[in-house]
Amino acid sequence: MKATRLFDPLPRGQEHAADAPLSIHDLTVAYHRKPVLWDIDLDVPEGNLVGVIGPNGAGKSTLLKACIDSIPRASGDIRVYGRPYRQQRQRVAYVPQRESVDWDFPVSARDVVAMGTYGRIGWCRPVGRAQRQEAHEALEHVGIGHLADRQISQLSGGQQQRVFLARALAQKASLYLMDEPFAAVDAATERAIVDLLKELKQQGKTCVVVHHDLATVPSYFDRLILLNMRVVATGPVAEVFTNENLKKTYGGKLTLLTEAGQALVNTE
Amino acid sequence: MTWYPLDTWIVVVGALCAMACALPGCYLVLRQMSLMGDAISHAVLPGLALAFIFTGSRASVEMFVGAAATGVLTALLTQWIHRWGHVERGASLGIVFTTLFALGLLLIVQAADYVDLDPHCVLHGALELTPLDVVWDLAWGGTILEIPRAALVLAGVALFNALCIGLFYKEFKVTAFDPQLATALGIHAGAMHYLLMIMVAVTTVAAFEAVGSIIVIAMLIVPAATAYLLTDRLGVMLGLSVGVGVWGAVLGHVMAITVPTWFGFRDTSTAGMIAVALGLIFMVAVVCAPRHGLWARRRLRKAPHHVEKPAIRV
Repeated sequence: MKATRLFDPLPRGQEHAADAPLSIHDLTVAYHRKPVLWDIDLDVPEGNLVGVIGPNGAGKSTLLKACIDSIPRASGDIRVYGRPYRQQRQRVAYVPQRESVDWDFPVSARDVVAMGTYGRIGWCRPVGRAQRQEAHEALEHVGIGHLADRQISQLSGGQQQRVFLARALAQKASLYLMDEPFAAVDAATERAIVDLLKELKQQGKTCVVVHHDLATVPSYFDRLILLNMRVVATGPVAEVFTNENLKKTYGGKLTLLTEAGQALVNTE
Repeated sequence: MTWYPLDTWIVVVGALCAMACALPGCYLVLRQMSLMGDAISHAVLPGLALAFIFTGSRASVEMFVGAAATGVLTALLTQWIHRWGHVERGASLGIVFTTLFALGLLLIVQAADYVDLDPHCVLHGALELTPLDVVWDLAWGGTILEIPRAALVLAGVALFNALCIGLFYKEFKVTAFDPQLATALGIHAGAMHYLLMIMVAVTTVAAFEAVGSIIVIAMLIVPAATAYLLTDRLGVMLGLSVGVGVWGAVLGHVMAITVPTWFGFRDTSTAGMIAVALGLIFMVAVVCAPRHGLWARRRLRKAPHHVEKPAIRV
C-alpha cells in the first residue's frame, strides 16, 4: 500500500478510487477568467448510468469536454481508469450535441459511423471492408441500418442522434460521455437510446449522460450528478434526487421545481 | 477561331492550375473557411516578392518553402490576433492578409525597376506567356513536345496535393467534419489544419505566375462549391471539382479567344475568362443540380409526397 501511495499522482493526496472509469479531482475551468466549473471533485463508479443535471450554463457540457481534454482547464486532475485521458483515448467515446457538426457535409450515415473506427485503423490506411461492416452493424444496433447510405442531412433529428450513438458504439469504448442525447428527439428514438443505455450497463460499461428532463431521471439513471458550477450533490438517484438538492441546484426556478416535485411524487 | 499549339498549352497550364487548386479548395469550402484561401493567396505575396528580388527566378525551391512558411504564418497570426487581441476571427483574418498583401505590393512596385515582375501579374497572372518558357524538350515518336515550366510545376503541385489528400483521406475527412472527434481519436486536428494551409500556400505560389493571386481564389473556391452542389459524397465531390476546374479552363480559353472578337475586340485575358467560365458553370449547377438545385427543389415542393414525414417532437 505504501508503495502505491508513493506514486500516487493526486496532488492533495485525497483518496480516490484507483481505477474508476472517471475520477475528477479539484477541477476548475474558466472561460475568459470567468469560472464555469469550480473545484469539481467526483468519482464515477464502474457499470453505472450516471445523469448530469443542472440549469443552463451550469457547466454540464463543459464538464464532459474537460474530460476529453477538449477545453483547457485552469487546474485539476482528471483520470480515466486511473490514467490521464490522452493515454486512454481508445476507452472513451464522446457523443457531442447534435448541433456541433455540419449535417450538410457530403457523407453518408455509414461514413460517419465508420469514423468511430478510425482510431483503430491507424494513420494513412484506408477504411476497409471490416470497418464498413462494423459501422453497418452499429447502425443496425440503433435501428437505422436501412438508412446507412443516406446523406446525413436527409435524416430526421432523432435519426441523426442515433448516427452519433452508433458512431460511439463503433468506437468500442468502455466509458461513454453523452451530451444531451435526448434533446429534441422523437419518442421512438428516446426509447431506443434508453434501451441502448441499459444494454451498455449490462455489458459493464459506464455512461455519463447530460440530461434535461427531470421527470425521467429516476427511471433512466442509477446515479446522479447535480451540477451548478460546483457539484451540489452526487450519489445514487434514490439518495440525492431530493427536493432540497434540486432547489440548491436550480435556485428559485419554480416551474422546474414543480416539474421535479411531480417526478418525485411519481417515484414514491 | 484559329487554334495554335500554343493555345493547347495555355489550356493545359490553366487546367493543371485548376486541378491543383480544386483539391485543397474542397476542404476550404467544406470547413467553411473559404476566406482563408483568399487570405493565404494574398498573404504569400511578400514572400514571393522577396524570393523574386533575391533569387531573380520564379518558382524556385526557396519560393515554395517561403510560401509554405507564410501560409502557416497567416494561419498562426490570425489565430493569435483572434485570441489575444479579442478580435473576431473574420476581422483578424482581414488584418493579417491585407497587411501582408500591401507589404508584398509595395515590395513589387519598389522592385519593378530592377526585376522582371509586373504588378499587373498580381491581378490576373500571365497565362498566355507561360508556354513560352520551355524547360524540357520531349522527343516522342518524331514530334517534339516542348514542356513549359509552368505546366511542369503545376503538375507537380497537383500531384503533391492529390498525394496528401489520398494519403490522409480519412484524417482530412474526420477533421473537416468533426474536429473534436478527430482529436479524441488521436488525430491532431491542428496538424491537419496546418497541412491544409501549407497545401493552399504552395498551390497559390505555383498558380501565381499563371493566374495571379486574385483569380486563383476563383480556382480554389468555385469548382469546389460547384461540386458540393452536385453530389452527396466527399470522394465524388473531390473528383467532380477537378473535372469542373478542367472544363472551366477549356471553356475559359475558348471564350477568351472568341467572345471579344464578336464585338470587334482582340482576344482577352484567359485567366480572367476562366474565372468567368467557372462562375457560369456554378450558376448552371445552382439551377440544375440533381438534389440541391433550384429546379430539383421546386419539383420536390410540387410533389410533397416525396418529403419524409417530420419526426414527432416530444
